[in-house]
Amino acid sequence: MSTFLPETILNWLPDAIQLFYLVATGFFIRGVKLLNSPGTARKGNQFAAIGMLIGVLVTLFDQDIVEFELIVGGIVIGGLIGLLLAKKVQMTAMPELVAVFNGFGGAASALVAWGELARNPDILSFDTTGLVSIGLSVFIGALTFTGSFIAFGKLSGFISGNAITFPGLNVINIGAMIATLGLIGYFAYDPSNPTLFWVILGISLLIGVTSVIPIGGADMPVVISLLNSYSGIAAAMAGFVLQNNLLIVSGALVGAAGLILTNIMCKAMNRSLLNVIFGSFGAAAGGPGASGNGDKTVRETSAEDLAIQVAYASKVVIVPGYGLAVAQAQHIVKEVATKLESRGVQVKYGIHPVAGRMPGHMNVLLAEADVPYDLLKDMDEINPEFATTDVVLIIGANDVVNPLAKTDPTGPIYGMPILNVDEAKRTIVFKRSLSVGYAGIDNPLFYAEKNQMFFGDAKKSLQALNEALNEV
Amino acid sequence: MEVDLTLLLFIFALASFIGFELISKVPPTLHTPLMSGANAISGITIVGALIVAGSLGNPLGKWIGFAAIILATINVVGGFMVTDRMLEMFKKKEDEK
Repeated sequence: MSTFLPETILNWLPDAIQLFYLVATGFFIRGVKLLNSPGTARKGNQFAAIGMLIGVLVTLFDQDIVEFELIVGGIVIGGLIGLLLAKKVQMTAMPELVAVFNGFGGAASALVAWGELARNPDILSFDTTGLVSIGLSVFIGALTFTGSFIAFGKLSGFISGNAITFPGLNVINIGAMIATLGLIGYFAYDPSNPTLFWVILGISLLIGVTSVIPIGGADMPVVISLLNSYSGIAAAMAGFVLQNNLLIVSGALVGAAGLILTNIMCKAMNRSLLNVIFGSFGAAAGGPGASGNGDKTVRETSAEDLAIQVAYASKVVIVPGYGLAVAQAQHIVKEVATKLESRGVQVKYGIHPVAGRMPGHMNVLLAEADVPYDLLKDMDEINPEFATTDVVLIIGANDVVNPLAKTDPTGPIYGMPILNVDEAKRTIVFKRSLSVGYAGIDNPLFYAEKNQMFFGDAKKSLQALNEALNEV
Repeated sequence: MEVDLTLLLFIFALASFIGFELISKVPPTLHTPLMSGANAISGITIVGALIVAGSLGNPLGKWIGFAAIILATINVVGGFMVTDRMLEMFKKKEDEK
């Protein structure tokens, strides 16, 4: 596009591009900052999008860019696909979509490095820095790509959500990573053998698969967040290849921010990042419905009975979980809550940090069902309130309300912060059966004196409750 | 324009520090949108893809750049739009009050 400009402007064009890159970076930094709090988050996302637009438009004036057919074609095709995916996706499938987008981002960075290598006829024209950057960009980008798609497969059920592993796999993975770094070093030292590049690419793709496969399905959000950080680093490495400041700065920014966010997510689950990556949590979990329920009794309730209990309560807390998302019951929950509120019952929602399939996912689902977000209470906010709550409706949640997290030091979830629903006057568990949750352990709450079970599909049970409320 | 490697590393390190400082006490409500928004920004690699696809050189390299543009654009456009879709729902409720 620079060819349309007069000579005088061309002279200062490279400097102008750098200045606009600086402006774009400012938008990114401000955008991420605004994304930190609910009131300004949307504006923050728009800021970041404006930064991206500036970055792309300014780059088109780069004097190296002389042909535009592929550029226009690529942007139109990619833009349409992105638009379609973003518009069509169900809110429940959000984690899967982020995984896919992230995979594409990682792949793009690897392709940029590879393309730059293939574009130059003489490989020896690259200096050591360039070759190392190409190697790292391909390595991180490729493993982000395959890793993200394995995470996608686990979330959507194409691949077993169980931790698939065998002893020594972690050692092999770490060994393969170190070996790849060694190969990249050798590639930079002696780039004359093109096979080496293919070996690096191949191993990197494989590492993405073998390092995500052993991690259980419930940990996928953390994995995606970590891979998100990687794709930022891959972009920064591509920036070193092209000596492009905007790529380096934005990539580093996302890489670092993603790492912090990953850490915050791990803390919410009371686990360390290393434990998530190498722990293979849940690997030993028995099949659903593990034995041991035989001699304990549970109290069952019916829609009619429950309707009376909640209609005459003064405070009801709803604790939604993964099962609610699966049953797509968020809209009917809202209907029930509205009916109760019109009777003067105070209704709040207690959201565990890892409820749903991804931290914050449950908030998105309930927001979609028009639940005002000031009624959505974080764990720390809602826990002191249970003591004054009449009825807690636990819908499709299990491990996050399991008292064993506080009482059984040998259990797999010991130490995980939970919602203290057992302090309420009554708890109602909506569940299909007495089967175990993700952690694979029994839940003593089900057998507690104050608890009643409402068996069945969460959506159907709530519909029954909703109808029964008309009769009360 | 020849650029000094130390300068690039300097920029990289500073930007990383800013990234570490930017995320502080994010409420869990925003974890998903924040991840998704940051993910869209990592699509910045589109800038690199533009340079590779639009510059002169071996056709193979340019076509690889073309593929990179498609993937990066999906990441950027889809990422920002889906994040906006999520955040729009939070926003709406606040205005009603």
